[in-house]
This record gives sequence, C-alpha cells and structure tokens, in this order.
Amino acid sequence: MTRKNRRLMLVGGVVLGLGTATVLLFQAFRSTGELFVVPSKIAANAPKGDRAFRLGGMVEAGSLQHLQEGTKPAVEFRVSDGIASVEVKFVGILPDLFREGQGVVTLGKLRPDGTFAAQEVLAKHDENYMPGDMADELKRTGWKPENGAPPAAALWNAAKVGG
Amino acid sequence: MSDVNTASPALPASRNLHRFANPGRFLRLSGRILPPVALIGLALTVAGLVWGLFFSPADWQQHDAVRIMYVHVPAAWLASFGYASLAIASIASLVWRHPLADLAAVEIGPVGAAFTALCLATGSLWGKPMWGAWWVWDARMTSVLVLFFLYLGHIALVRAFDDQQRGYRAGAILALVGVVNLPIIKYSVDWWNTLHQPASITLTGAPTMAPSMLWPLLLVAVGGMFGFAALVTARTRAAVMERRIRALTLAQVRAQA
Repeated sequence: MTRKNRRLMLVGGVVLGLGTATVLLFQAFRSTGELFVVPSKIAANAPKGDRAFRLGGMVEAGSLQHLQEGTKPAVEFRVSDGIASVEVKFVGILPDLFREGQGVVTLGKLRPDGTFAAQEVLAKHDENYMPGDMADELKRTGWKPENGAPPAAALWNAAKVGG
Repeated sequence: MSDVNTASPALPASRNLHRFANPGRFLRLSGRILPPVALIGLALTVAGLVWGLFFSPADWQQHDAVRIMYVHVPAAWLASFGYASLAIASIASLVWRHPLADLAAVEIGPVGAAFTALCLATGSLWGKPMWGAWWVWDARMTSVLVLFFLYLGHIALVRAFDDQQRGYRAGAILALVGVVNLPIIKYSVDWWNTLHQPASITLTGAPTMAPSMLWPLLLVAVGGMFGFAALVTARTRAAVMERRIRALTLAQVRAQA
C-alpha cells in the first residue's frame, strides 16, 4: 500500500468514525434536539414542575376566540397534534401568519387546570409556496386553509382546470 | 501575467520549481475560463433576482415577504455547497498533498462564511415578520450557526501558524471534522421538530412550490454557484500570483546578496 492510499484510508476511517460517534450521540440525546413538545407527548416529554417549555402543534379549526384582557388583546385557542389537544391562553400580539389550521410554537407553562399559559406565540410556515390567485382557485374548489395544508403542488394545475 | 509565467523557469533550480509547475498550468487554464464563468454567474443571478423580486407572484399568506426567499435559499445552499468544496479541497490536501488544494481551501473559507452570514441575516429578517422571532434555537438554525463558526474557525486556523504548511494541515483536519455538520443541517428539519419548515425542493419528490416561484429561485441558485466558483477561482489565482511574486523577490534578493 502506498503512503497516499494509507493517508486516504486514515482520513476515510476518521471521518467515518466521527460520523458514527455523532449519530450515536444524537440518538442518545434525541429529545434535547426537539424545539417543542406536542400535546400527546406532554406527560412523557414535558419538563416536570413549574418550568416553562415550548408546546407545538396546529391551531384547531373553530377553536380561536379573541378576548380582551384590560386594554390588551388576548386569545384562546386549542393546539392539537391530531391525537390530543391543549387549551392555550395568550395575552399579546400574534405574528402575521397566525390563523386556524396553522402550525404554532408557544412558550409558556402548564397550569394545574391543564390549560397552557403562553408568554410567546410563534407561527410556523409549512413547505408550500403558492401564489394568491392559486390559493383563491383552490378555496373555490373546496380547500379550507383552517383544515390544514393545501393539496400537493403537482395537483394545483388540475384544480385550475377542474375549477 | 504572461511575464510571470515565462519568468518562472528562470528561477534557481529547487523544489520550488516542481511546486510551481502545476500552478502555472492552473493560471493559464483558469485565466481562460474565469471571464465566462463570472459573466454567466452575474447574468443568471441578476436575471433571477429581477424575476423573483419584481415579477414573480406574491405568496398567498406571506405576501411580498416571500421574496426574501430568492436571496435566503440560494445563500443557504451556497453555504453548504461551499463547505462541501472546502472538505474536498481538504481531502486533496491531506491525501495527495496538492499545493493548489491548500490555496483553494484558504480562499473558499471567507467566501463560504460570507454566504453563511447572508443566509443567517436574511433568515432573521424573514423570521421576525413571519414567525414572530428574529432567532430561535431550533436544530436548523443552530446547525447553520455552527457552520458559520466552523468557517470562522477555519479562516483563523489556517492563518495562525508561522509555518504555512502546518496551518494548511490543521485547517484541513478542522474542515473534515466539521463535515459531519452538513447532513445534520440538511436533515435537521426531518430528524427533530423545528420552527423552520422542511425542504420544499427535494431530490425524491415534486417541489411544493408554484413553478412561477421555483424558476427564479433556481436561476439565482445556479447563478450563485457560478458566482461562487468565479470568486474562489479569482481569489486562488491572486494567491498563486502572490506566492510567485514572493518567490521571485526572494530569488532576486538572494542573487544580489
């Protein structure tokens, strides 16, 4: 074996070893990489006691209520992951993308009554990018944004023909 | 430039001659391909940006804010692409001891770091109005920040030694250790739950983006690749010529002494 080949094997082996070590490390600390806890996993994954954590999921259709707390705007809505849902209360200004059917990540604490007192609400954006007139066309043919993501992009043109 | 090329055989016979034999060919070859590569890159990038920023449709829920994508996404792709090319140069340096690979690695660092910084800055400007936060420590954003620090570490390390060769060696090892971060960046949005959305454009599935938005994005991305290649080539040429000037000056001083 030439010296070049030996160096190549060495570099390849070290990179492979480091990669394996990293994969094992992340497997062991999997939950620390998660940004938020979904409603059905609160019992298993949320921090115990009075500690704040991030709760994430989708704003359930028909659950959003606008309230007034003193002079400040407040909202109540349910965050769902399709299995379980949690009532969230928030006083403050919501991000522009917030709506029913949108993913959200909220930071706050679980109250003893099972509701979640949020001090911050962030809106998630999904991987779909769609012009306004296409969204109007899809809504006309029966798609409701509050029920979830639009149909696959490959079907958008079919919707236009069908509409 | 041709003066420098013809001047090199006049150098005193030494190991330096062997070292510069290959870079000489590199200078001639790269001098020929650099102008077209730079022109194509500039033309595609400008065309894609004008299309994306002024003529492509607004998103149904993000409205005009979606146009940040035409800068943010190509910058993010180039940040990772640049690091992959840095890793390849580092392998060539460690295994084949290729002198051009050392110079290229030194020159890729600042260009890659600049695109990573652009990606982080535009992402932050996009995140505030849409998500409601400038920054969140989710897996995608944290891993891209780590990529930025890897670039900065490499830039500092290759220049930290009095003996250049040791700097190249240390930098190449750092670059290869950091390469584990690339799959982490790519799959962070699939492995963990994050605020950042998963990829819209994948190798395995149809893009989840209207063609009227996809085309300008791809134009900027391809233009950016050419631009990246042109920047690194121009910087590497400058580094080769700089070395040559230093060697010639040294030879001149020695001849006079």
